[in-house]
Amino acid sequence: MELLIKNGVVYDPINKIDGEVMDIAIKDNKIVDMVDESKAYMIDASNKLVMAGGVDVHTHIAGPKMNTGRILRPEDHYGDVAPKTQIKRSGGGYSTPSSFVMGYRYAEMGYTTAIEPANSPIKMLHCHHEFRDIPILDKSCFVLFGNNWFVWEYLMENKLDECAAYVAWVLNATKGYAIKIVDPGAVEAWKWGDVEFLDILWGRPQTMDQQVPRFGITSRDIIRGLCKVNKLLNLPHPIHVHPNGLGTPGNYQTTIETMDCVKDLADGDKPIIHMTHVQFNGYGGSDWVNFRSGAYEIMKYVNANKHVSMDLGQVIFTNTTTMTGDGPFEYRLYRLTKNKWTNADVEVESGAGIVPMHYKRNNFVHAVMWAIGLELALFAKDPWRVFITTDHPNGGPFTNYPKLLSWLMSKEARQRIINKIPKRAKSKTNLESMDREYSFYEIATTTRAATAKILGLKDKGHLGVGADADISIYDMDPKEINPSKDYKQLRKAFSKAMFTIKEGEIVVKDGETVKSIDGRVYWVKPNVPSDLMNAMESELAGKFDDYYTVSMQNFKIPERYIMRSTPIAAHYG
Amino acid sequence: MAVIEDVVCPICGCVCDDIIVTVEDNKIKKVKNSCSISATKFLNFHKHRLPSPLIKKDGDQIPISLEEAVEKVAKILVNAEYPAIYGLALSSCEAQGLGVELAEEIGGVIDNQTVTCHGPTALGLHDVGMPTCTLGEVRHRADLIVYWGCNPEEAHPRHLKRYSVLSKGRFRKEREERKMVIIDVRKTKSTKQADLFLQIEPGQDFELMSALRVILNFDEIEEESVAGLPIEKVEEFAELLRNCEFGIIFFGLGLTMSRGKERNIDAAVSLVRDLNKWAKFSIIPMRGHYNVTGMNEVTAWQTGYAYAVDLSHGYPWYNPGETSFVDILRRGECDAALIIASDPVAHFPKEIARNLCKIPFAVIDPHPSISSLLADIVIPSAFTGIEAEGSAYRMDAVPLRLKKVLEPPPGIYSDEEIISMILEKIRSMRG
Repeated sequence: MELLIKNGVVYDPINKIDGEVMDIAIKDNKIVDMVDESKAYMIDASNKLVMAGGVDVHTHIAGPKMNTGRILRPEDHYGDVAPKTQIKRSGGGYSTPSSFVMGYRYAEMGYTTAIEPANSPIKMLHCHHEFRDIPILDKSCFVLFGNNWFVWEYLMENKLDECAAYVAWVLNATKGYAIKIVDPGAVEAWKWGDVEFLDILWGRPQTMDQQVPRFGITSRDIIRGLCKVNKLLNLPHPIHVHPNGLGTPGNYQTTIETMDCVKDLADGDKPIIHMTHVQFNGYGGSDWVNFRSGAYEIMKYVNANKHVSMDLGQVIFTNTTTMTGDGPFEYRLYRLTKNKWTNADVEVESGAGIVPMHYKRNNFVHAVMWAIGLELALFAKDPWRVFITTDHPNGGPFTNYPKLLSWLMSKEARQRIINKIPKRAKSKTNLESMDREYSFYEIATTTRAATAKILGLKDKGHLGVGADADISIYDMDPKEINPSKDYKQLRKAFSKAMFTIKEGEIVVKDGETVKSIDGRVYWVKPNVPSDLMNAMESELAGKFDDYYTVSMQNFKIPERYIMRSTPIAAHYG
Repeated sequence: MAVIEDVVCPICGCVCDDIIVTVEDNKIKKVKNSCSISATKFLNFHKHRLPSPLIKKDGDQIPISLEEAVEKVAKILVNAEYPAIYGLALSSCEAQGLGVELAEEIGGVIDNQTVTCHGPTALGLHDVGMPTCTLGEVRHRADLIVYWGCNPEEAHPRHLKRYSVLSKGRFRKEREERKMVIIDVRKTKSTKQADLFLQIEPGQDFELMSALRVILNFDEIEEESVAGLPIEKVEEFAELLRNCEFGIIFFGLGLTMSRGKERNIDAAVSLVRDLNKWAKFSIIPMRGHYNVTGMNEVTAWQTGYAYAVDLSHGYPWYNPGETSFVDILRRGECDAALIIASDPVAHFPKEIARNLCKIPFAVIDPHPSISSLLADIVIPSAFTGIEAEGSAYRMDAVPLRLKKVLEPPPGIYSDEEIISMILEKIRSMRG
């Protein structure tokens, strides 16, 4: 099938195209130089915004946490039902949408790729189950390694190569994409309910060097070790880190310390550590009374250090569901809110927790949190290293992205909220004094080009010849619209893509899904020297049964089970 | 002769994955590592099979072809106003997903065995959540293991050995390092294993849990006894709970299906939440059918809810007490049903089973059951986990891939394939 998008106003930062009026030709599933105009299906995109399909680098869309969140919260679905149509399966859920609805809603906003950022290896099959039922989107899943006994033992014995082989084995066995580290050390401590240790960890500033009881490893050792492993395996994405102390006043220091602890491992300008949902880790002060924004200090560091990339974890004033591999944090949130609480510790590897949350505009702390997310984005000098997320659904459901984009593109839109938050909250952030407004080019960078780049997905996030034909067209004229003033119109346009094209197929038209296709699942297949892999595997076989309650054979997910399995090779050394 | 290792057991919620099966001439000759229930199943599942599709005619069930049977089932479902798809807890996740799709297609209710077992667990979860963990966590860390209203030795025979009291963990190597408590209304085979057996009066679980919470959090209780236990005994138990390092409560139908139902679960979880102030404490439901957890997971990611989902409006709606298979049968609203891998006539209250028999219904099952004997149409199926592969979720929601170790008898298909045929038939009938 051939497709021609005529006269669109194109933003394609990877190819340095900044609002040029041009045609995009598509043949089958790729962008090509040209097609036969008389034969191709034509889309008139005159005066419309054209960008590559959105790429979300961190969004909880599948797996045990999301599904337990669904079961936990029928009240989340009652008010948000999505009926069956000729094309679409039914479902619903506001912050915990059902799988089908998740795919449609992303596609209808012009997104074509979404990354699930945290699954336990032993439960990865669950993630792949749900991936099969998330239509349209290309997907992949990061794997939790930061509290893994095998990893720790290798690192403590200074067996870096073996550790790399083990990580490669797990990625291969579970069909995962990258190394995720969540609250390193603390999850293990929480598995003993070791509140004393956790208090020390949550206190500052000497957090990174606290030894995990019974093991002796520190979070600095874990992050540095896995960063080295990541480099050894040449994985396409850097280590993806949710640092210690999340959600604690004063944690911005830990965040900076975490970024700094791998600085000496950097090579060139390539980011080697991705800090995720930094808003939740960008708090100043020492308690909830003198709580303040730490965004300035963090961004000063990020702007000056190219080995770091990050995403926001912006808060939206709404009722949502927090869910994270950081079980100890969710326990604290439960103690704080007295809300219903789910914890799910996982043998050998990880844990998780879920607590519903209502972010309120008139709540001092929530208002400061809201401002911090925006401050981070507005302080950022390099949109290629700072990405837009709400850490769905932690800061708020991804369906709020248009609102978030409008806050970044319009000071007036921000000011309307600032006027309504508590006075004291205003004084604890710099947001009101910030005049910066994102351009369409920067938006295209931070939501598409840069996220595809940091994921190492070379055919995504741009519209050059050879790229995947994943394209979104929005019903607004970037030359006419003034986002600074017309932010409501902007939101409307970003909420419902005029067209979303996935692999050359029109899947969304006028904001409604018109075709449902299966997306790909990307995973990384590291290529480790066979003698190293064999030695590691036979050692692993020796202790697998001592640690796990499933067998080593059953731990592996057969590739035929992965929907549209798309392995990406990574070369050791 | 082939020896197949790491076979995943498709019987109970333990879903043990270390079964070794010896196959010769498409027959299972030997099984290793399995419990008595599992071994019996593996060695005898091929006996007393449903030989071919059947249809009821003048009170008798007579054989028909699979095509005819599929068409009849499709017709029954399409012509119904308020049909239901029920069961699937003894099938694969793939079949379960198709079951939900079928229910959506015909605009009916999709429900499963949860409604008669751990439904109240889901309802309790809605209220207070559930601090839980995988079974390996219990194996490595637990020094206090409480079985409440359940009988693992008979219902989950390898539970103690593989996952709890008798297992060898990283931090707990010997039996002596763990304390086992059983709370039940009667002595069972399991109680012999316990260090402490608290025999309580039937229906008094909620009272006992409430008393424990009072003792732990607030004050002394001035009653002389609670739930039939002298107060000193209750206080002693409270101290045991408070002073452990890692505690776990496993609970069964004694808690979910006795007086109080979801209030019992609310109280049990609240107790566990409280206990986390002093010790690490978790709670795990003892799920019965090997993949009832999977059915909850599949239904949840496809519809948002774990069971009792009404899709008759064109979108999922959930209100147990109103929308479960039991409820719509009780009210006489359900007018056709497809039962897959389940035997509701044997397990439902008589009045409700009788209502089921008044409406046209079909059964898909490998074996004859009371439901199949009374059904209008019966389609025999392959035994999932032995004759068909697929996925299943253990009681702690760890997913595993079931293996196919044998070919099913000729002409016999898996649940997944049969549901696909029905779905296809319905779509072609509707054009």
